[in-house]
Amino acid sequence: MGKTTAEKIFASHLVDEPFAGTKVLKLDVVMCHEITTPIAIADLMARGKDRVFSASNIKAVVDHVTPSKDTKTATQAKILRDWARRHNIKDFFDIGANGVCHALFPEKGFIRPGYTVIMGDSHTCTHGAFGAFAAGVGTTDLEVGILKGVCAFREPKTIRFNLNGTLPKGVYAKDAILHVIGLIGVNGATDRVMEFRGPVVDAMTMESRMTLCNMAIEAGGTSGICMPDMVTVDFLWPFIKDEYASKEAALAAFKEWCSDDDAVYDQVLNIDLSNLEPTITFGYKPDQVKPVSEIAGEAVDQVYIGSCTNGRLEDLRIAAQILKGKKIAPNVRGILSPATPHIYQEAMKEGLIDIFMDAGFCVTNPTCGACLGMSNGVLADGEVCASTTNRNFMGRMGKGGMVHLMSPATSAATAIEGKIADPRKYL
Amino acid sequence: MKTFGGPVLFLDRADINTDEIIPAKYLTEITKEDLKPYILEDLKLPGFDPKGPKTKAARVIVSRGNFGCGSSREHAPWVFEVNGITAVIAESFARIFRQNMFNCGMAAIELPKADLDQIFSHSNDDDAAMTLDIEAQTLTMSGGGKQKTFKFEISQFDKALVLAGGWVDYADKKY
Repeated sequence: MGKTTAEKIFASHLVDEPFAGTKVLKLDVVMCHEITTPIAIADLMARGKDRVFSASNIKAVVDHVTPSKDTKTATQAKILRDWARRHNIKDFFDIGANGVCHALFPEKGFIRPGYTVIMGDSHTCTHGAFGAFAAGVGTTDLEVGILKGVCAFREPKTIRFNLNGTLPKGVYAKDAILHVIGLIGVNGATDRVMEFRGPVVDAMTMESRMTLCNMAIEAGGTSGICMPDMVTVDFLWPFIKDEYASKEAALAAFKEWCSDDDAVYDQVLNIDLSNLEPTITFGYKPDQVKPVSEIAGEAVDQVYIGSCTNGRLEDLRIAAQILKGKKIAPNVRGILSPATPHIYQEAMKEGLIDIFMDAGFCVTNPTCGACLGMSNGVLADGEVCASTTNRNFMGRMGKGGMVHLMSPATSAATAIEGKIADPRKYL
Repeated sequence: MKTFGGPVLFLDRADINTDEIIPAKYLTEITKEDLKPYILEDLKLPGFDPKGPKTKAARVIVSRGNFGCGSSREHAPWVFEVNGITAVIAESFARIFRQNMFNCGMAAIELPKADLDQIFSHSNDDDAAMTLDIEAQTLTMSGGGKQKTFKFEISQFDKALVLAGGWVDYADKKY
């Protein structure tokens, strides 16, 4: 009987099975940020266990509130910074070099097919785009990960999503994943790995695959996973070129992690996306989705482009294509947060930042900021935001605020009109 | 034997998320105790007052499906813990929240809808209370002069974590 990617990763990383159905896995990468890690550090210190299992397998970044906005957030950053120095964690990214974790770490080449990855952040599932098993965990799991390099999971069950057809013009990975979450619901994949397959995924860039996997948690999924292929090899090549004789050799090695043809799935869903419209959320749950045409015309106060979902260069290019030569509506505040310094610099070189600024956008530094209502763009009571982020819970971006999730294209069109707008007429 | 129990807080809605349990703006606190005043602050539910006497008295929460969805923030179980709530009973849980509870030595117990409906029938009883026996995997609901015991399933691993007092002690001894 064949195995899924997740089953292969579990088998190859198994440290212990203390009870039937519980697998303790060896971790390849433990990622940390300044919101959920400082308490783990404080607890380890209080227990007299201020140690790390490996300085090189731990990566850390200050990204949620940066630059710090007050004494408390400055203290959180300081605890992480001091700890990284104390333990010689070289891959620590502080102000000037820091970006949104799930955009920054892939950009540095830290994730490979077949890896096990945890972080105290629910959107860690993003890294499954590389054919890794990547899961968000709480602070205690993170603490044990830091100390021992292991984490416990239930036996993985996998739902295979065959995304068939081709995405129409103006429809992107974000629309696809919102549509999928709408189909299966916010707990449709709880305790499941969401394996994304099919011609739509094959045709996607790594950036789009990250967008797809990023929102697996919004359907309850433990991780999203895409099959590693030449797109994966091309993305990782600068980091692996000394390890493999050729790209073909790397591809052959990566392919070992792909699910076998006779793998057994918990469920297989065939979804044709050929007629998908740009899709957005209308309520307070990520599964409350509609075609944009059904909600177009509703007024918004703010447009936010950024985050670990859609703050990558590809996203900025798509939005800029629509915004070029235009002004955003006077009733709207436009905020752009390129997800990493590299993306910011590339966007400057390509003239994208000029386009955003000419249109009237405020361009902030890379940070998670407004996405979870912590800094850089929090909403006032009753305000509505058109956002490329991943979560639309009530008050998410500020108490009393409302968030509509959408693609960068739909956000750009919405900024121009000052109300929710279909991006296809601008393409 | 590890037991939990006491007065019950009924939250009759599915998909109660971690932002509702503890809003992100309080994630700048770096001690668990500092979270205490903000429990369930953003939860809008008819008749529910996050600062009311029922919330203060509660030792167990009973809710519906997909409880704790959203963020990985362990601040959600912690804000319960520092308010004296050490068990949540629901039809289902989001994975990270459920594991966070057990990792802290607390209990996240799943029950079928029919059992939960019986438990919710006590939601207007002023003396509604519950006792959980983790070892025996039973919970007893009482209120309004009635009492009923339910069996629940819990994985051996989760049970071991509760009995060990949490994942850090368990893992540090074993790995």
